[in-house]
Amino acid sequence: MADKDAPWIMRTYSGHSTPKASNALYRENLARGQTGLSVAFDLPTQTGYDADHPLAKGEVGRTGVPIGHVGDLAELFAGIELGRMNTSMTINATAAWLLALYVAVAEGQGADPRALRGTTQNDIVKEYLSRGTYVFPPGPSLRLSVDTVLHTVEHVPEWNPINISSYHLQEAGATPEQEIAYALSTAIAVLDEVRARGVEGERFAQVFGRLSFFVNAGMRFVEEVCKLRAFGALWERIGRERYGVADAKLRRFRYGVQVNSLGLTEAQPENNLIRIALEMLGVTLSKSARARAIQLPAWNEALGLPRPWDQQLSLRTQQILAYETDLLEYGDLFDGSPVVEARTRNLAEAAWAEVEGVLERGGVIPAVESGYVKERLVASNAARLAAIESGAQVVVGVNRFTESAPSALAGAEAILRVDPRAEAEQVARLGAWRKARDADAARRALDALARAAQGTENLVPVSIAAAKAKVTTGEWAATLREVFGEYRAPTGVGGARVPELGDGYRALRARVAEVERKIGRRPKLLLGKPGLDGHSNGAEQIALRARDAGFEVVYEGIRVAPRDLARAAADEGVHLVGLSILSGAHLELTLEVLTELRSRGVEAPVVVGGIIPEQDREALRAAGVAAVYTPKDFEIAKILDELVSLVERASA
Amino acid sequence: MTELDPTELAARALGRDPASVARAISLVEDRRVESEPRAVALLRAFAARGRAGSCQRVGITGPPGVGKSTLVSALIRGWRGAGRTVGALCVDPSSPRSGGALLGDRARIELDAADDGVFVRSMASGGQLGGLARAAGAAVDVLSAVYDVVLIETVGVGQSETDVEHVADTVLLVVQPASGDVLQFIKAGIVEIPDVLAVNKADLGAVAERAVAELRGALRLSLEQSGEALPPLCSTSATTGAGVDELRATLDGHFAALVADGRLAGRRLGKSAAWAARLFAQRHGEIGVERAGGAPALRAALERELAAGATLVEALRDAARGLDG
Repeated sequence: MADKDAPWIMRTYSGHSTPKASNALYRENLARGQTGLSVAFDLPTQTGYDADHPLAKGEVGRTGVPIGHVGDLAELFAGIELGRMNTSMTINATAAWLLALYVAVAEGQGADPRALRGTTQNDIVKEYLSRGTYVFPPGPSLRLSVDTVLHTVEHVPEWNPINISSYHLQEAGATPEQEIAYALSTAIAVLDEVRARGVEGERFAQVFGRLSFFVNAGMRFVEEVCKLRAFGALWERIGRERYGVADAKLRRFRYGVQVNSLGLTEAQPENNLIRIALEMLGVTLSKSARARAIQLPAWNEALGLPRPWDQQLSLRTQQILAYETDLLEYGDLFDGSPVVEARTRNLAEAAWAEVEGVLERGGVIPAVESGYVKERLVASNAARLAAIESGAQVVVGVNRFTESAPSALAGAEAILRVDPRAEAEQVARLGAWRKARDADAARRALDALARAAQGTENLVPVSIAAAKAKVTTGEWAATLREVFGEYRAPTGVGGARVPELGDGYRALRARVAEVERKIGRRPKLLLGKPGLDGHSNGAEQIALRARDAGFEVVYEGIRVAPRDLARAAADEGVHLVGLSILSGAHLELTLEVLTELRSRGVEAPVVVGGIIPEQDREALRAAGVAAVYTPKDFEIAKILDELVSLVERASA
Repeated sequence: MTELDPTELAARALGRDPASVARAISLVEDRRVESEPRAVALLRAFAARGRAGSCQRVGITGPPGVGKSTLVSALIRGWRGAGRTVGALCVDPSSPRSGGALLGDRARIELDAADDGVFVRSMASGGQLGGLARAAGAAVDVLSAVYDVVLIETVGVGQSETDVEHVADTVLLVVQPASGDVLQFIKAGIVEIPDVLAVNKADLGAVAERAVAELRGALRLSLEQSGEALPPLCSTSATTGAGVDELRATLDGHFAALVADGRLAGRRLGKSAAWAARLFAQRHGEIGVERAGGAPALRAALERELAAGATLVEALRDAARGLDG
């Protein structure tokens, strides 16, 4: 047998319920051949709230594991040697804090921080654009990111301090060119800030070499191969030309990947197994642009939370490609291919033009604050959805070949259900933690953090001290919120240029106008995202389409508390309330919104959209929800038509 | 929705129950002919018992993206802090293609859901040329009856977009540094000179200072002929809060001067009549205006009716009565 390349690091993005339950899952995954860990945190941890904060209600342990303090993280990694592990943490606004906890736990295990390997995602820009777990305004957020970068380069040198993510841009609808361009623009913003702090020469080159990327790969895997080759070429060029990094090794484009979840379907979900395998080809086939680490989604993600067995299937998919096929025996398959080189070149050129567009606007931060980048993404996503709706883009089992035998894999039992007692358990643990610690020591550590935040010193060392003083995640973030303030990112729906819509909308507009004549006012819709979930792409598209159908749409963006939504519904005199919830907290949040609405005398019907398992749909309807929409409802025109009918009936 | 008696609804709204204020506005927005008598009864009840006479109405206008909503949020915070109640009406343009609208201003206004001393309503312009919805005037009447201060936020800075002046005692124009458009409009004399100007985003430093100086120059030039006084010019940062208190004091001062001079009532009447004439022209066209005796006569007739205590809806209806004959 020929000499084989070493396979990439194999991970599965996981974590749920409690640190203890997640620890058991991690050990199982490692026993099955996983070679690294990828920690999914719950939304309160990602947005800096303790489990007992009112905004955390219903969200604890939902989308990931809750980490409230150093004790939680120690339990999460119990029996796992951090000095030998490679751990990726999907954490952004609170990245500096989670790194601090990680270092504290590793030291507690007796490990040398200099030996720690892993990744903090730490990319705030794409949070403003797509993922929504930002907390602070752009300036302080960038400072926290750069503090983390500079600290690790010196003290945790094997760590990847930032994983600039084009992944979520693709999920938000980005074209390949936009994906490359906005990720590179983010890297430029970080590097310019590093340079502005006076870092130069050899040390700057080291920083450049530690920056890595987290990308997405969709079904068009040939184009994805070219995208990654283009990405690498541009990164190399930026290192050489913009920053004068001399060492070619430090200019190498390093990336990890999670393949596309956007294209996974709720209809005929078993087809997703095939999709995931094909998507992986885009990031593995080309040796010169191969991923360093891969995590695959599970086939049933559009149905709910995957079970351990579903995650095992994803791991096996990676292992089969790495160990059964001959892929790793060859050099790059595409070098010299005129087809691949031409496509790579034109992607690079288009992406660079897009980068220049951002730089002309003062860089990625001003281009985010003004809404420019977000509007471009919202427009691309609208075009993508319109293509699926019209059938121009085929999705097997969804808009073509929909005839199917009953799925032998899917069903009500085919997802994991988070133990509803997990939240209470976590809250109790947190209370006990606060009681048992030295309160003065914790207070002093927080005071030191506040002072450091008001000044310019690096915030990571004070955060490590706070971690050791048993400060909680919510306390750390609240202290910084006090100093830095909070931010609301532009929603992008106001200025997005969307394509002209087809005939379905002409009929819809006529219906809306007719209902307006009947009820005296134009149908007015409040769209809300209650809870901590920041995935707003769906809500944005509904907002745009509803406007295009003739609705008046009130949309306030992400993280609006149920009582604020109810107040808005009352003040605005809306005819209909639409909620979008993707975190799994739909039952708690919807019930809370309904209660708040009724207490304010709002009788408007409520509809809910999100990843909502079948039995929960029944529960929601029983609670008074007029309609529930899930990923299989891809025809937005049809949804809007039903909404018009709802308004008409409710106002009759 | 259960239909409350308009007098009862007005009473509840005057008690600052947000849900009732909202219903009252929905009623004046209702375009059905059969709803008109209830809307008139409602507005009469407000006129009889409300506090409109002492209410301070501030119109805020400016190009998109200058931070008007964030400034509205900061102003509301200031007035609430000073113990005054505030009602805000945020008007966004309707899509000419679909007639729909995205109403996003609320997202930038920080509100406490438990505070009944503040109320925010979004409204689509409904494709009206003037940038203000047809029902905006009546909605402002509702809010003026209930709250100490009423803010009306609209997008625009052009000749056809100054409708906000018809419903406001004080017009504030917000601009931002390095946006030449406003300067051009003012130099060309096609913008009505506002009562107060604010250059927002003063955190931009030197750029902002230059903008203030340039604006002052342009205003001087444009006011030379008329001999009018230079309007106050404030420099604010809605995000840091700098200059917002000074701006608020300037707005309060402008209103206080109108009250002290005894000009408020006459000014409001003139503005309402102009607004009514504009609505009349929109509804009945040029021919309608001619048949009503021409623009000056129409306006005088409307002013007489409004002065006698008629609501806008009634004045318009009466003026249109002659058209059928």
